[in-house]
This record gives sequence, structure tokens and C-alpha cells, in this order.
Amino acid sequence: MSNPLFFIKKESKRMRKIITGDSIFKKMTLIFALLVLALAFMIFYDLYSRSQPAINEFGIDFLTGETWDPVHEIFGALPFIYGTVTSSIIALIIAVPISLGIAIYLSELAPRRLRSPLSFMVELLAAVPSVVYGLWGLFVMVPWIRDFLEPFLESTLGFLPFFQGPKFGIGMLAGGVILAIMIIPTISAVSREVMLAVPGTQREAAFALGATRWEVIKIAVLKYAMTGIFGAIILGLGRALGETMAVIMVIGNRPQISLSFFEPAYTMSGVIASEYIEATQEVYLSALIEIGLLLFIVTLMMNIFARLLVWRMMRMFRGAKE
Amino acid sequence: MMAKRISKRRKIIDKLVSSLALLSVIIAIIPLAGVLIFVASRGLSAINLDFFISLPKPPDEIGGGIGNAIQGTLILIGLASMIGIPIGVLSGIYLAEYGDNRFGSLVRFMADVLSGVPSIIMGLFAYIVIVLTTRSFSAISGGIALGIMMIPVITRTTEESVKLVPNSIREASMALGIRRWKTIVFIVLSTAKSGIITGIMLSIARIAGETAPLLFTAFGSDLWATGLNQPISALPLVIYKYAISPYANWQAQAWGAAFILVSMVLILNIGVRFIARGRYRK
Repeated sequence: MSNPLFFIKKESKRMRKIITGDSIFKKMTLIFALLVLALAFMIFYDLYSRSQPAINEFGIDFLTGETWDPVHEIFGALPFIYGTVTSSIIALIIAVPISLGIAIYLSELAPRRLRSPLSFMVELLAAVPSVVYGLWGLFVMVPWIRDFLEPFLESTLGFLPFFQGPKFGIGMLAGGVILAIMIIPTISAVSREVMLAVPGTQREAAFALGATRWEVIKIAVLKYAMTGIFGAIILGLGRALGETMAVIMVIGNRPQISLSFFEPAYTMSGVIASEYIEATQEVYLSALIEIGLLLFIVTLMMNIFARLLVWRMMRMFRGAKE
Repeated sequence: MMAKRISKRRKIIDKLVSSLALLSVIIAIIPLAGVLIFVASRGLSAINLDFFISLPKPPDEIGGGIGNAIQGTLILIGLASMIGIPIGVLSGIYLAEYGDNRFGSLVRFMADVLSGVPSIIMGLFAYIVIVLTTRSFSAISGGIALGIMMIPVITRTTEESVKLVPNSIREASMALGIRRWKTIVFIVLSTAKSGIITGIMLSIARIAGETAPLLFTAFGSDLWATGLNQPISALPLVIYKYAISPYANWQAQAWGAAFILVSMVLILNIGVRFIARGRYRK
């Protein structure tokens, strides 16, 4: 007790204990955060190593080959790439104007009391499971497309090669329409978010100059939110490229490249989901996994690009507000 | 005169754009209403008590149910939660409490990016890692595929709700001599609880209807679940199988199963909205 430092020593021991407990907890949470990061690399590594046989066998021809013949072990993925890209583009053409209209209405025009229930309803569109869209698409939307939309398109735009041919209902067009329904919530929610992030002073300045509401939206909001909206569209595209079940049920699943949107097609995710069970030979399975690898890389890149755009824009406005 | 005409044109354009914007909202709500109406009307007529508790029957026999698919979906959600919740919550805590650095930004970014990776890729991953090594479709592999999909959602919502906890609460606790980790676990987390639960419910709503990842992993079954290393049925798998079948009897049951699944997902989403509203009102 005569030692005046006794008290301090005891305290410092306690301090050390506190610090150890804290650092153990910090390290534990760090490990889980690392796990999130590791997951992306593990997915890439596993897909890559399992698709080696197909990569070695076909090389770059895999991407340009038009023949998909499992019996003779000839695998060219072009019909699937074509089906995925074309159906996603159709979806974008339909979904982008509608989503921008929704975002403009919900962020700028709607009466305050309606904003939150309406955006909730649009969000619910994203909550409906993909397979339920497929079910509805198959039994309700496809007959409608066959009986109304396709005859209408043929009679008005029939001079284009896209709108000619037999009308099955099931086909590329049905795939594009169902994808459009599914990506509208993504594009409209992110666009609305970036529009709301545009500082109010921008709008006020335009109003003060005598602009109408649409002119304010055009000059003050859309111009500033353009980068973010572009990001939102890429996010939607990423979702459309990887969507599986709803498309599988309405697109017809025939590996062909046809200009006509009325014809059946096949998507990348579709061929993986419906053929993996038959893929007993190693090359066949690894060809399917290589399609998965392609899909993973493309959607990953698009998401990285889109998130960077949205993040950069949001950060810019946060800077402007402060 | 000139100025008047221009301003009239501007007003017309303004009106036109406003109505086009409103029209887009209506167009988007039509498919939502269409899906809900058809699922409700066709689904309800396929549902009776037997439908909930009995096993599927071959297409040529009348009756049969999807009891095992409901059981399977609940088991899969349970398994997925055992993986997704701890990883998601702890990594979310890291991001909120210690993640104000480059590594934190990277993890945050990766979580956002992972939530955009197609679900079929997660299924393919679980298929390669588990099904191909154990040589069997299983409930476990399905649970893992779904659990991985839960992680990014829970990570980000946990982070956001932990960040919403005011610093004064942390400071008050630490001023009482409570260690930082105990402060986080017992005080910060209990304050952020409703936000974290919201995130968990949302992620469950998201995975409950996933079909693509289950094709490769849970695979589906016509029997009651017997073990976690066995193939297992699930509502989305049954909907898919019955919808693309040529039998009217099975197609009707697909609508019934869709009704149960959509009700589950909607209840979760609406529940989340009520929890969130209560939190903001405070």
C-alpha cells in the first residue's frame, strides 16, 4: 500500500482487459465483414475452375458458336447470349420511359399524401416472386400477347423484320415484356432516390426564373440527376440479364437466332436452369457453368459500374448540401 | 401576343408531361393488380384444408396437397437464416462501428454489388461447392444458397440502423464504465433492434420466393422431409413444376401454391412497413 503506483498499476491491468475484450469483438466482426468480401472471390473462383474443361476445349469459339448440340458435344453459346441480350433490350425499351415517368411523378409531382403509398405499391412489384410472374405470364399474359399485342404490332409495324412470323404468344416478345414488369421497380426506385437527392435550391432557382413544373424538372432535376439515372438503368439491365424463372416460362426455350420477336428464344440463365440435370458428361456441365461464369462477370461489372455512378452522384450532392 | 402563345404552349407541355408521368404509375400498377387478382381468384378456389396438410398426388388423381412444400419452404428459410443472420448482422456491425475506412467502403460496396448478382449464380455456386462434392441434392445446400443471398441485405440494413443510434447513447454507456463491445451488444443493438428485424424480414421475403437457386440444390421431392441431407420440396419449386405441366389439375394447384407464397411475401412486406412506420413516428 505504500507504493503510490499500486493503484495505477491495477487500473492499467483493467484497462488492458477492456482493450482485449474490445479488440476480440472488433476482430470477430471484421472476420464476418471479410467473409462478405471473400464470397465474391469464392464464387468467381469456383465457377472459373469448374468451367476449365469447356474453356480449354472451345476457347473463344464458345462465344461465337451458333450450334448447341449436347449429343455431339458441340457447344456454342451465341443463341443464349443473343436471347438474353435481346430480351433485356426489349425490356429496357419498355421499362425505361415508364420508370422515369414513375420516378418523376413520385419525386416531383404527386401530392404529398400519395407519395408514400404509391411508392410502396411500386416496391411491391419487386416483392412478387419471379416464379409467380412466370405463372401469371404463362396463363394470362401470353394469351393476351398472342391475341392482341402481336396482331396489333404486325398490323402497325409489320414492315419491320422484328414483327413478322407466326404468332405463338410464347417467344422473345413475351420474355421482354415480363422482364420489363420486373425491372420497373428497380429503375424507378433508384431514379427516384437520385432525383430526391438533387438539392431543393436548384428547383427554387428555376421556379424563380419563371419556369413551369416540367421545365424545372428538365433543367434543374433531370440534368443534375442524369448520371444517377443512367446508373439506375444499368442496375435494371443487370437484373434483366440474370432473371431466370419468369423468362424460362414464357420465352419458349429454343436455341435459335431469329430476328422476329414472335419466335421462341432461349436465355443464358434459362439454359443453365433447364439443362443442368441432363448434363452428365463433364464437358456439357462445364459448358453450362461457363455460361454461368459469363453471366456472373457481366452482371458483376454492370453492378460495379452502376453503383459507382450512383454513389458518385449522391456524394456530389451531399457535398453541395453541406 | 407572341409571349402569350409561347406561354400557352409551355403550359400545355407541362400538363402533358404531368399526365404522362401519372399514366406511367398507372401502367406499372396494372400488372401488379393483375397478378394479385388472378393469384387470389384462381388460388383461393384450389385451396382447402387438405391442400395444406397432404402430400402431392399424381396428375390423374383428384386431390392431393402441397403440405410438404410448405414444410420444405419453412425448413429452407430456417437454414438460410442460420447462415444469413449471424454473418449479415455481425458484418453490418463492423461497417457501422469500425467501417469508416477504405476496407469498410470496399465491403459496403461489395455487399451492394453482391445483392445484384443473379440468384441463379448463387444456386450454381452452392451446386458446385456442396452438391457436386456430396453427390446429393440436399436441404442443406438449398439453405446455403438462400443464406448467401440474405447476407448483403441484412449487412446493409443492420449497418444503417446501427448508424442511426445516436452517439450520445454510446457515450452515456461508456461514461458509466461499460466496455465498448458490451455497449454495442447490449445497448446499441437493442436500440437498433427494430431496424435490424426489418432487414431480416425483408431478406426472408426476398428469398422465400426464389426458385432458380433451389433447382440445383433442394431439387424438390414428393415426400415429407426426412433429413437435411435429402432433397426437399419448396413452394416455388412446386409452382414451377405444376405450372409447366400439361395437367389442368396440377395447373390449378400451382395457383393455389402461388396464393400461399404471395400471401407470405406480402404479409412480410406489409409487416415491415408497419414496424418502420412506428420507428419513424418516434
